[in-house]
Amino acid sequence: MLELKTIATPHVPVRYFEGGSGNPLVFFHGAGGLTAQDPLLVKLAERHHVYAPLLPGYGDSEEAPALRDMLDMTLHGWDVIGALGLEDPIIVGHSMGGMIAAEMAAVAPNDVSRLALICPSGLWLEDHPIPDIFSMLPFEYPRYLFHDPVAGAAMMTQGTAFDDPDWLKGFLVTNARQLGMAGRLLFPIPDRGLAQRLYRIKARTLLIWGDSDKLIVPAYAHAFKKAIEQAELVSVPEAGHAVNLERPDIVAQAIGRLDERR
Amino acid sequence: MRFTWFNLMPWPYLPEDFRQKHRSVWVDIDSRVFDPARSHEVYNSYMDLLEYAGTLGFDGIGVNEHHQNGYGIMPSPNIIAAGLARRSSDAALVVLGNSIALYNPPVRVAEEFAMLDCISGGRLVAGFPVGTSMDTNYCYGQIPSLTREKYLEAHDLIMRAWHEPDPFAFNGRYNKLRHVNIWPRPIQQPNPPIHIPGGGSVETYDFCIDHTYSYSYLSFTGYIRAKALLQGYWDRVAQRNAPDTSPYRAGFAQTICVAETDEEAERLYAPHVNYFYNRCLHVYPGFADAPGYRTIKTIQSGALSQYAPAGRDFATLTWKDLTEGGHVIAGSPETVRQRMEELIKGLHVGNIFCLMHVGDMPQEKCMYSTKLFAEKVMPHLRGMFPEHASDDRFWCKPLAKRVQPGSLPSETEIAARLGATV
Repeated sequence: MLELKTIATPHVPVRYFEGGSGNPLVFFHGAGGLTAQDPLLVKLAERHHVYAPLLPGYGDSEEAPALRDMLDMTLHGWDVIGALGLEDPIIVGHSMGGMIAAEMAAVAPNDVSRLALICPSGLWLEDHPIPDIFSMLPFEYPRYLFHDPVAGAAMMTQGTAFDDPDWLKGFLVTNARQLGMAGRLLFPIPDRGLAQRLYRIKARTLLIWGDSDKLIVPAYAHAFKKAIEQAELVSVPEAGHAVNLERPDIVAQAIGRLDERR
Repeated sequence: MRFTWFNLMPWPYLPEDFRQKHRSVWVDIDSRVFDPARSHEVYNSYMDLLEYAGTLGFDGIGVNEHHQNGYGIMPSPNIIAAGLARRSSDAALVVLGNSIALYNPPVRVAEEFAMLDCISGGRLVAGFPVGTSMDTNYCYGQIPSLTREKYLEAHDLIMRAWHEPDPFAFNGRYNKLRHVNIWPRPIQQPNPPIHIPGGGSVETYDFCIDHTYSYSYLSFTGYIRAKALLQGYWDRVAQRNAPDTSPYRAGFAQTICVAETDEEAERLYAPHVNYFYNRCLHVYPGFADAPGYRTIKTIQSGALSQYAPAGRDFATLTWKDLTEGGHVIAGSPETVRQRMEELIKGLHVGNIFCLMHVGDMPQEKCMYSTKLFAEKVMPHLRGMFPEHASDDRFWCKPLAKRVQPGSLPSETEIAARLGATV
């Protein structure tokens, strides 16, 4: 199905999942990372040629010390698309990946015509402070990420208990690599000035949001919608921030709408 | 041997149910637990104790930096050190230290340390911690995986600011300064001695070895548990072919309580030790280690934060556990002397940071313990490492002739000098 490959980019070799056929679609994952079994990728690959690059430090990919800030990561995103030889693919991003995708569309508005932002980070509303994911303990994540925290916890640990020492040790090393990288965009406040650039986005944009997102609450969906000219909001019932895991079919179906060229 | 009397400056009025009712003593500690009016007495009492230790023959008196912290009410150690500079005369001022990645721009540290060195007549021992994750990342918002890079740049900037006699431009990644030219300059040339507090990062070991800085491990878990970490350091010193293995290349912080007898030590100090290890170290584990703060190399080497919930729960430790486990060295002068010898030999450390004010310990107990240590323990340890006795690379070199603060002439004397009549 999805195959893990490597491609050279100027700063770092990039590992990416590739699979499926149809219109090319590039997926940028969130701070939690991505696996080949990701249910949304699998769904998307049914109708698209999916490319899902891992950010440096994620999975088994190399870290990239030179990518320090938002501009570095935004241009790195374009470097990946360039290296893959794609032109105007559908760009999809979840959470932190949505922030990167939005930045990419804002800096190069003429190169993106279709964009899907799945509960992206990047804005900060004083009335709705986003919980600090960097100071949460593993067992605290599910209630922020899932509509159904019990099922979500099982998904996160694949059935192992949160206090299993081996699982925990692996989790800590992975976290240091992955969230260490994510921190460059999200710590301590996930706002790198996107709000003042959103007006530049020309793409037809889908905002896909879980109704019970407790991490980036739906008020943010409305803030994004207001700021992006061609934005449409798809609210997904009974889904949290991990809407990609909880309702992959609905999310994939919504993204499918971007295939209909207008 | 160099003995520094150190005060963390804990808030002594954490409620008894602090652990049950509050999430953390650090970062998001309830501000209502702090009482500014009471702090007036607390600060002055703590500074009095530091000054008292300075009169008893300790080589140094020590302060450090923490933020939003119930066991260290000293966000600016330089303010305390400035007070001490005026009210002490011989002891080194050990500021351990300034978290240099947090100062913007870091030349502020070069300036303030230079001021302290000048005011004190060259008595400054300067510390440059990377800073804990709680202080650096969670309180002061530094991006964890960039903290070390920013720290290293701040270090380079400060050293150049001290060393270069002419104005220079500094084009760093985090600091852009067109005209670096600090006033004043430190008395100790080319710079005051540098100590680096660390928590087991391999990078910090190397940094100390490369620059001939002293590595200090400021732990609360005592000398027995510190063995592996300091052994890691000494192994690294050997691996990297450092020119010597002087014990002054390392320092260690140890909680110490001295009484006439072991029984008296327990009776006098157990409640305060309990206060510290139970209430003061109640840190929410989510703040212990921001992802990316430690390098993968360090995590893989097995160094975990002393605040991490790695099966340690201080609240359940009794006096017996804490003293036998070496968290605390306590007892009669003879007991303490024996255990200090074990510590000094076992860890091979020449700089001891004596944590002698513990938790909510009242002044009189602290003075009693301090005096016993100074008079009945310290003299017996002085002669250790005779082969390294002349190693003065890691300690301050004060001016031989220093002024006595507060020695303005009397008004009569002024009148006489000016030939006027009062």
